[in-house]
Amino acid sequence: MQNTSWVPLFPEQASTFAWQVDLLYVYLIVVSVAFTIPIVAAVFFFAIKYRATEKYATPDEMHGSMVLEVAWSIIPFVISMTIFLGGAIIYYQQFTPPADSMDIYVVGKQWMWKVQHETGQREINALHVPVGRNIKLTMTTEDTLHNFDIPAFRTKADVVPGRYTYMWFNATKPGKYRLYCAEYCGLNHSGMGGWVYVMEQRDFDNWLSGNVSGQTPVEAGKDLFENKIGCASCHAGGPTQRGAKLEGIFNQDVKLVGGATVKADDNYIRNSILNPASQIVEGYQPIMPTYKGQVTEEQLNSLVAYIKSLTPNAAAGMTAPAAANTATAPATNANSTPAANKPTAKPLANSSK
Amino acid sequence: MQTQEAIVQGLAAEPKLNYLTNGWTIRSWLLTKDHKRIAIMYLISVSVFFFIGGLYAGAIRLELLTPASDLLESGTYNKVFTQHGILMIFFFLIPSIPAILGNFLLPLMIGAKDLALPRINLLSLYIYWAGGALVLFALMQGGVDTGWTFYAPYSTTFSNTYVMLVGLGIFINGFSSILTGLNFIVSIHTMRAPGMTWFRLPLFVWAHYATSLVMVLGTPVIAITILLLALERVGKIGIFDPSIGGDPILFQHLFWFYSHPAVYIMILPGMGVISELISNFSRKKIFGYEFIAFSSIAIAVFGFLVWGHHMFVSGQSMYAGLVFSFLTMVVAVPSAIKVFNWTATLYKGSISFDTPMLYAIGFIGLFLVGGLTGLFLGAMGLTVHLTDTYFIVAHFHYVMVGGQVIAYLGGIHYWWPKMTGKMYSEFWGKISAMLIFVGFNLTFFPQFILGYMGMPRRYAAYPEELQVLNIFSTAGASVLGFGLLMPVVYLGHSLIFGKAAGDNPWMLPGLEWRTASPPPTENFEKMPVVTWEAYEFGEESGLDLEGARKRDAEATAAT
Repeated sequence: MQNTSWVPLFPEQASTFAWQVDLLYVYLIVVSVAFTIPIVAAVFFFAIKYRATEKYATPDEMHGSMVLEVAWSIIPFVISMTIFLGGAIIYYQQFTPPADSMDIYVVGKQWMWKVQHETGQREINALHVPVGRNIKLTMTTEDTLHNFDIPAFRTKADVVPGRYTYMWFNATKPGKYRLYCAEYCGLNHSGMGGWVYVMEQRDFDNWLSGNVSGQTPVEAGKDLFENKIGCASCHAGGPTQRGAKLEGIFNQDVKLVGGATVKADDNYIRNSILNPASQIVEGYQPIMPTYKGQVTEEQLNSLVAYIKSLTPNAAAGMTAPAAANTATAPATNANSTPAANKPTAKPLANSSK
Repeated sequence: MQTQEAIVQGLAAEPKLNYLTNGWTIRSWLLTKDHKRIAIMYLISVSVFFFIGGLYAGAIRLELLTPASDLLESGTYNKVFTQHGILMIFFFLIPSIPAILGNFLLPLMIGAKDLALPRINLLSLYIYWAGGALVLFALMQGGVDTGWTFYAPYSTTFSNTYVMLVGLGIFINGFSSILTGLNFIVSIHTMRAPGMTWFRLPLFVWAHYATSLVMVLGTPVIAITILLLALERVGKIGIFDPSIGGDPILFQHLFWFYSHPAVYIMILPGMGVISELISNFSRKKIFGYEFIAFSSIAIAVFGFLVWGHHMFVSGQSMYAGLVFSFLTMVVAVPSAIKVFNWTATLYKGSISFDTPMLYAIGFIGLFLVGGLTGLFLGAMGLTVHLTDTYFIVAHFHYVMVGGQVIAYLGGIHYWWPKMTGKMYSEFWGKISAMLIFVGFNLTFFPQFILGYMGMPRRYAAYPEELQVLNIFSTAGASVLGFGLLMPVVYLGHSLIFGKAAGDNPWMLPGLEWRTASPPPTENFEKMPVVTWEAYEFGEESGLDLEGARKRDAEATAAT
């Protein structure tokens, strides 16, 4: 885009991952060249030096060498381990969203991306984000597999029907970057894309205020819960209620009939709405009907957001199921809860670690 | 006295029959149990599929000449790349070396009259034809658009194309691989000539042994996967589609559990061919025989444990990803061992540059690129950026085309004199080999850069800033296509006008060179007894080098 060289070699570096991925890429190129040049040079050198001078010659036999075999097994192994470690470290970051991320919901659909912001804005085939903030995308799809791919951020993740997948990034440079669907999804696959707009915080705030179009997901979820779908008829009402208690459950362990324990994360809530019989909470009867086919993906997102909001500490950033540190997360999160919807004083403070 | 009688008898007898002249009727071909005739029929059928797959490739490159989806509308484009993949992988690459060269040469190399199960061998060909015919029929009906990976739930719920018919064709065709693999394993165990110990086997045979293990153990899994796909698509039983209770990631696990090992089905036989070419055209015992042999087995074993590296961004757990990435790095080691040993074999050899050797040297370079870019894709943090882009496309074409197809062509040229008794034009052979090398690199190298720039695969339309590299790629494809068509002409020409090749044109020690060209139906006039090690080029292995030099001298004197 701003890259105007005749043959572009690198996409723009626009996220905190970009330089790390590029560094690993350059390291691998160096390793590759370091292997290729000596081998190709040796092949050419031998091919010329030892070319056949007489027909049907019988050069001396050579049986091989244990020392050489061990050397050229161990050296590639050690080098490949450095590559493995480098890749693993970057991957761990790419798929461990920080606890203080700003949440955005994404729904894929043949052949468009639908985006919901926590403040109620919706957009299609576009994603507006502020620069220097950790942004976490919670994604699912209405139909088949898709993949949310932003090459300038050097990250992507499959979007899978029937479950939530997550990705996160921290954009470092305002601008306009390509968004693709990278997992084949049928007829207009190559048309399923758009732009990611990275804006200065001030511009982003303006964009938000100029673009309010309805309820926030929590408000919409509350409306669905209390009125439109009527979950409240069983899941509210105090000690006599028939359905499981939802207040305060988010990210807590839940005991199920049969003795298993699961953590009540986004996927658990989603699954409990769609397949209630599959995970019955201890002490309750399996009487809840399935809501599969009766709620859209976007309504599900809203319901999940509302149910999360019933757990006081579980605001925006608490949805990191992949993070190993969930046990300590509520404490740190309690301090930073409001930050998710407010500009942070130092936008780049989150970028390290 | 005895000699005189023999001469008289010889004069009176009919000219010796070889496997080609032993019966001229179509029936004698279709009902043959001769592994060599079956191999020739495979050669013809596989070439037809390669040609059709190549036409699809041409259509893809022409469409991508311009950023917009203009030559083909995207629905057609989706079918074209899907069918390119299906034909090339299931009907060309997998059977190419094993079913043609393996079938023809394996019994000759181990000193047997035929494979252990000749009727099963013919059955495998008929199964291949049945599967292939079904797929071709489906393509004529309107084709399929799921991608060769058939990912669910697109393939089970959303695609309106002939998924079931093509799936059935691939399902049936799988049994052809299983039978071929089974036949090779049994033959290598039971049919070796006296004195042909395991460590005297040519490395081509070792590579086929490893390949056969993968074929027998892996192929049933793709059959099961296709069966489950059919149950869901036709019977609406929820297996993969979450809207009826399935799990789409399960499909990917099952699919790659076969399809990653299948990659090794597609490259191990090529490595076997290259080991033969490098050693024979340097007239030097292969360096580290045991290491090359066991690295094939190691690749076959570890190849079963790395399928998850296709799923780093699919929602698989991070810890599963770590294990798969680690094992992927481990697989790199046996591949590296092979490359180092091939290079070391050249050292102090007596290297001649016949056409097959040009392919072998080209293979080393292309396989290096293909293998090393595999490390890029095994490094998880980097592959998140690279997966599903043209980097992947370039990588597997370097391995599949730069590896297997180059090895296959090298092998066809190397054993052509044995298979047909005729010598092709060395001049055109070399020209074509070099055109293929240049055309291939020009086609696929730019795709690495396109991939890093983020161009997703399976896109009929792409951003304008990426056009220059796509033009290079399409230009390269036309050179590659031309180079690949040339052998059809000069090899065909050699069948009628070619010089007689002689039984052993390069004076090589392998058993296949110690019988007539083309070989008689029963392969050897009398059962060979092996008293020499593999790759011994001197007189002690029973080769009449002095006689051959004398013959050559007379031939040059005569002209």
